[in-house]
Amino acid sequence: MSAAAIDVQGLNKSFGGRRVVKDVAIRVGEGRITGFLGPNGSGKTTTLRMLCGLLTPDSGGGTALGLDIIADAAEIKRQTGYMTQRFSLYEDLTVAENLMFAARVHELDRRSERVDAALEQLGLAERRAQLSGTLSGGWKQRLALAAATLHEPRLLLLDEPTAGVDPLARRTFWDEIHALAGRGLTVLVSTHYMDEAERCHDIAYIAYGELIARGTADEVIAQSQLHTWRGEGPGIDRLAREIAGKPGVEMVAPFGLALHISGTDPAALEAAIAPYRQPPLRWSPAEPTLEDVFIHLMAHARDNFQ
Amino acid sequence: MSAPRRRSSFSWLRIWAVLVKEFTQLRRDKLTYAMLLAVPLVQLLLFGYAINNDPKNLPTAVLVQENSAMSRSVLSAIARTGYFRIEHQARTPAELDRLVRDGEVQFAITIPGDFGRRVVRGDGAQVLIEADAADPSATGSALAALAQLPQEALKRELTGALARSPGSAPPFELVVHRRFNPENITAYNIVPGLLGVILSLTLVMMTALGVTREHERGTMESLLATPAQPIEVMIGKLAPYVAVGAVQAMVILGLGRLLFGVPMAGGWAGLALGLLLFIIGSLALGFLISTVARTQLQAMQMSFFYMLPSILLSGFMFPFRGMPEWAQAIGTVIPVTHFLRVVRGALLKGQTLAEMAPSILALAVFVCTVTALALARYRTTLD
Repeated sequence: MSAAAIDVQGLNKSFGGRRVVKDVAIRVGEGRITGFLGPNGSGKTTTLRMLCGLLTPDSGGGTALGLDIIADAAEIKRQTGYMTQRFSLYEDLTVAENLMFAARVHELDRRSERVDAALEQLGLAERRAQLSGTLSGGWKQRLALAAATLHEPRLLLLDEPTAGVDPLARRTFWDEIHALAGRGLTVLVSTHYMDEAERCHDIAYIAYGELIARGTADEVIAQSQLHTWRGEGPGIDRLAREIAGKPGVEMVAPFGLALHISGTDPAALEAAIAPYRQPPLRWSPAEPTLEDVFIHLMAHARDNFQ
Repeated sequence: MSAPRRRSSFSWLRIWAVLVKEFTQLRRDKLTYAMLLAVPLVQLLLFGYAINNDPKNLPTAVLVQENSAMSRSVLSAIARTGYFRIEHQARTPAELDRLVRDGEVQFAITIPGDFGRRVVRGDGAQVLIEADAADPSATGSALAALAQLPQEALKRELTGALARSPGSAPPFELVVHRRFNPENITAYNIVPGLLGVILSLTLVMMTALGVTREHERGTMESLLATPAQPIEVMIGKLAPYVAVGAVQAMVILGLGRLLFGVPMAGGWAGLALGLLLFIIGSLALGFLISTVARTQLQAMQMSFFYMLPSILLSGFMFPFRGMPEWAQAIGTVIPVTHFLRVVRGALLKGQTLAEMAPSILALAVFVCTVTALALARYRTTLD
């Protein structure tokens, strides 16, 4: 792995006695796009906020861009772009005014030039005089990205940037993210979408405040030691409930007309589906998807948590 | 004939649904809930006891140029009315004048050197009462209580040969000088006072809401993620309102002059300095409120909680000297009180900067304290 843009260990944070982030360690390579995944309320936002100095960790620490995340928070803010989960630019300012504000607050030179360039690049030029509050979700998200990257940060933290955005806008957004990473920007992006996770170079999976898996998508799938069978055939979806109760079956997930049966013990899994391996049903070993792995991880994390 | 059964267009259950929801939300907002209980209680106790439309025991200075039984009788008769509390014995007319101009006393009484002789001779004896009539309501009833005094005050001294026949003119005359506002025009007092009240109303609330709005709309998260420092945010947010305050002040003073003919005796340097400090202090207070309030509603309530004593205990609506000591003590902490003294001192009395120094100093202390508190409370993180 190349030099780490983010390298933090043992991060802890509690709110009102509830421990939201538990001993989280994250390492993000420079110029990599790391997907930050986990169920709702798992501490993703809190972790991102600790990385950019918006929250002070109760304990733990480390570096971002080679700077101490607690002592050098001010310097990290200068070199980091942060895009919040909720649109947090000024709704009563126009698109251009919001960008100009970002340019000034970061003390940039050639401000009008940079703002114009950003507007052009994101296709916002025609909307420069529109009030941000009146933009649709997709445009708001583009504007927010423009504002977060205007000062050419070395690190970009995105908190569920594509929530509520249509597929086309999402794809454009991700193309932009990859273009930025191509220029050397490090990106840590939290998301719930598996297709987005697969677009990341690396994945970090957090549940109940604990980091439980990390690596490339293939590595995470391999680490899970999950085995999956894919069953197809008429009426197979109606068998889901029946099969789910068998020993060795940890997960049954319908995928359209097919069924994914997963478990960590291959022998037990095979035994479980044996009674159903007859025509017209067709079974084939399958590669577990990221989603299979995450649902499996989540179930285990909950078992440990309770 | 009964109406056909149908879904009614008016439903008690739906009203109940909204009502229950409303109460539940109210209970969740602890500060609002506390305010709803505290406001009536605190304000009732505070103002019920503090406010006095018939102010008594007003501070009074005397200059006695003839120390005699007669002058002592006159003074004790004046004190017995209950309206005057003789606090200062001035030695010279200049000292007496200073006490009135500085606002240390409401009244100054001069008993001239030939008082006794003139009373005995029936030769137009006079006692001079100068009233700081800037606020007519502070002096009105006190001066009214003196009407019968010349007839009664010297009854004990004027016996035997000196006894006056009933129905004759009183043995001496009380000459009343209403200073600073001789015509008792209420507007002269109210308009400068309004300057303080209007300024604090708009400025405190505007800043309190302005910062809370950033929290409520989530824009604070973006702002905090930028390199902007607390002091930079504070100055940047407040500076526009300093201009707003200055414009408001000019409008109020201009209209006060134009429509109400409020005198402008001078004291411009002190007024400008006091105005600047007061505007900054109000803004800093608004900023401080915004660091405590979580929503705009709470910010509004807290601003309002601050406004009531500013109106009622500052000497704006009711004479400051007429309030009990403890209420005056509370009033002293409120910046409007000091600003009112500066404005009235400048416009009505033409006070010099040196004469306003105590009030200006008090405003400066307020500005420093509140700014320090606001900066200490402002968080650069979301913790």
